[in-house]
Amino acid sequence: MRISLFVPCFVDQIYPQVAWSVVRVLEELGHQVDFPEGQSCCGQPPFNTGYWDEARTAARVALAAFRDSEVVVGPSGSCVAMMKVFYPQLFKGDSQELEARELAAKTHEFSSFLVNTLGVTDLGAKFEGKVTFHDGCHGLRELGVKKEPRALLANVRGLELLEMAEAESCCGFGGTFAVKFPTISTAMDEVKCASILETGADVVVSNDSSCLMQIRGMLDKQKSTIRSLHLAEVLASR
Amino acid sequence: MSDGKTIILNRIREALRENPAPRPHASHTSSDQEETPRDHTPREWLPKVGERLDEQIDLFARQSEGLKTEFHRCGTMEDARAILSVLVAEGAWKKIATHTTPDTSALLEKNRAEILKTDTGYQIDDLESCDAGITGCECLVAQTGAILVSAPSAGGRALSVLPPHHIIIARTSQMVPDLTAALELAKERYGNKFPSFLSFITGPSRTGDIERILVLGAHGPKRLTVLLLED
Amino acid sequence: MTTFASEFKKMAGRYTADLTHRAFIKKALSGYYQKRDDSKASFQSWQGARDLAAETKYEAVNHLDRYLVEFAEKIEARGAKIFWAPSAREARDYILGVARENGVRSIIKSKTMTSEEIHLNDALEKEGYGVFESDLGEYIVQLRKEPPYHLVFPAMHLTRGQISDLFQKELGSAPTDSPEELTMIARRVMRRKYCEADMGISGANFAVAETGMISITENEGNARLTTSLPRIHVAILGIEKVLPRLEDLALFLPMLATAGAGQQMTCYNTMYGGPRQPGEIDGPEQMHVVLLDNRRTELLADAEQRDTLGCIRCGACLNVCPIFKNVGGYSYGTTYQGPIGSVITPHLRGLQDWKHLSAASSLCGACTEACPVKIDLHHHLLQNRRNAAAAKPVMIEKISFLGFAWLMSHPSIYHLAAKLGRVFQPLHPIVNGTFLDPLIAWTRSRAFPNLAPTSFHEQWKKSRK
Ligand code: SF4
Repeated sequence: MRISLFVPCFVDQIYPQVAWSVVRVLEELGHQVDFPEGQSCCGQPPFNTGYWDEARTAARVALAAFRDSEVVVGPSGSCVAMMKVFYPQLFKGDSQELEARELAAKTHEFSSFLVNTLGVTDLGAKFEGKVTFHDGCHGLRELGVKKEPRALLANVRGLELLEMAEAESCCGFGGTFAVKFPTISTAMDEVKCASILETGADVVVSNDSSCLMQIRGMLDKQKSTIRSLHLAEVLASR
Repeated sequence: MSDGKTIILNRIREALRENPAPRPHASHTSSDQEETPRDHTPREWLPKVGERLDEQIDLFARQSEGLKTEFHRCGTMEDARAILSVLVAEGAWKKIATHTTPDTSALLEKNRAEILKTDTGYQIDDLESCDAGITGCECLVAQTGAILVSAPSAGGRALSVLPPHHIIIARTSQMVPDLTAALELAKERYGNKFPSFLSFITGPSRTGDIERILVLGAHGPKRLTVLLLED
Repeated sequence: MTTFASEFKKMAGRYTADLTHRAFIKKALSGYYQKRDDSKASFQSWQGARDLAAETKYEAVNHLDRYLVEFAEKIEARGAKIFWAPSAREARDYILGVARENGVRSIIKSKTMTSEEIHLNDALEKEGYGVFESDLGEYIVQLRKEPPYHLVFPAMHLTRGQISDLFQKELGSAPTDSPEELTMIARRVMRRKYCEADMGISGANFAVAETGMISITENEGNARLTTSLPRIHVAILGIEKVLPRLEDLALFLPMLATAGAGQQMTCYNTMYGGPRQPGEIDGPEQMHVVLLDNRRTELLADAEQRDTLGCIRCGACLNVCPIFKNVGGYSYGTTYQGPIGSVITPHLRGLQDWKHLSAASSLCGACTEACPVKIDLHHHLLQNRRNAAAAKPVMIEKISFLGFAWLMSHPSIYHLAAKLGRVFQPLHPIVNGTFLDPLIAWTRSRAFPNLAPTSFHEQWKKSRK
């Protein structure tokens, strides 16, 4: 299958290794990965803040970039939800509504694509360590991704999954919310990190890099030695 | 007064005119989503209840236990009287309130506490000073362990809530499987002449308002006893 | 920023900094989660029940005129008086009028958030009436002269020690740390009040059109006493409370109990169809039902958010909300706290004044998932943000996002800018966490990641072409 990679802007700039892990995993499965270079940001920041005109401007770039793609796969539940769930709303009544719907239909979150579209759960990965998994809220509640990452982690050799009590609690990122209401956002982050610590895991894994940025921010502040990795990075380890 | 009515109804009609709302959100997928078919009755989704009477009585008994309702199956009226006399002795009850039905009268036959009957009205303070209230009911609901009472079947509104111990006397024929059946029964029985008061009682009065810790007997009865007789 | 917004930020700052409070709220809710899950599990399908509840409310709300009239006619035929109150003031005036005309002296109330909404107690007290809240939690916060902290658990923020101190001071009772004894103190005080009161004021959880009844859900029995003993019963309810059929209660009573308190059924679910009927031995001589609009019809007119009128005020969305759990009930400054309050308050009290509540959310969606009637809560927060920005954009945001959108639609310039960012990044540690730091809102409490030496874009270009 020819798969177009959707790399959210902050993954592009901060976590390129996550995007490479996705490429590696998909290519090892024998698929052809391309990267439409016109892409930039999905438009979520202005969208979530209420500036839908500006969000549409950014989103049109994505519509153009992925116009010829067969399927689009991205390693962030949040940005994929933006395309899959919110583009159709954003473009309602717009001349590009149909295009937005088409993109929504062919876009998939990475773990859900592996499990539900490709039907694979064992990628032959090896990863020694105790891991706890954080469900990114958009992946979890907008896209209904919950079992998929766990099915994939279950087949990683050497990996022990320790569920945290607050697995489904929001990390507090929420885009511009994190800087508009830093005290609340940080309080949520504290709850999350306390729950991570409680498990005794040495790595926190998520299918959303934006959550990991928030969680890492707190762990670093607390000088914690717990590592944070994107699911793709774990699945690409050998 | 009709003014307010016209204003509100006009606002409502204006708001609803040519302005259809989206159906209950089809867009949302919950993470623990199962199949979500429509056009069903509550019965299909609510807790399941067995069809046989003994299953229903067992379920009612189990629910009662969780609710802290003191549930007794009584073979005969004599058994029921025995339970009552233990309660009277334990609590050193001086005064019991009730209303007249064949069963309440039979239950109280050999009792020696003073009796207050609410049949033709009562003084509030008088009723308040009673140690217990004994009433009948409309039906028992196996599904939730609830008892449906009404003004006529429970001696008015207050008898079943003001005294600190509420005793209900019922017959096995009054057992219904679920809430739907209980409401249907009330409709059949009263048609358009509903009593002004109907209440599902589900366990003794309780509160969790202090540190979410359960305390029984907040304002209503601290204890609820159900005496179930065979027909 | 409006004063409401800055007040919210101030309060939220104070409460999030109070770790003891946060831990206390967390602990208070932990038992609820367990019980709620157990109760949900007893359903054959909780999701099926949610769908049906949402459908039923959809039907009711989208034919609100028809069902309200049916309800009103049925209950009037049995002797109740209906008052249609377009606004809060008219509702208050009517209730004051009833009290005056009947020479009322003492008023007992059972829990009603609708009366909080219209500030009924203040109005009654100003006219010299003694008003007593009979619900234990409500009574406690009334004694403290505070509003309810949570729309279902009004006093959940208080420890038994605080309540004991309060009772000592206000009631002269002996100190105790037993919730049971504290409850009994309140029970004894309230017993006298029930017997003396000549007017009882209640809310209602549902109004049944088919049979002309209101239905009240409670655990303590205080609502039953409030509606049984005084000679006048006034029920105040929002116009959205109506349900088409009596059988609908078979669904809604257990759902409300499950979502609201983690019970399969609450202790008392009582249906009142009028004042004392001929042949009945007790109950009030008069029953007044106040149907309150107070801008609910504005919510109704917003088709996108009309489903919010299906709200059964169960509080489930508060209980799972990470914002609520951290900022607590008082930061909101609203009658209805938590997600539902953040959604509807802008409609009820002004979008520009209350839009900050819609912004103060990470949009995690836990509320929507918890809501028994499937109100699309977190998406409504997004819509409020959109509506607020469209009606009155915040200039600095508007300009930033215009710039952002322009940058993102010119990828080559965007990539150049990102490169520039890398040039300046080494300077960040110098200002990190100080007021000069452009990222201060983030870095004050969290570490900010470094940009990668080169972006994925650049790496891909190099390696794959
Ligand atoms: S919005 Fe839903 S969850 Fe929140 S109080 Fe209303 S019914 Fe309950």
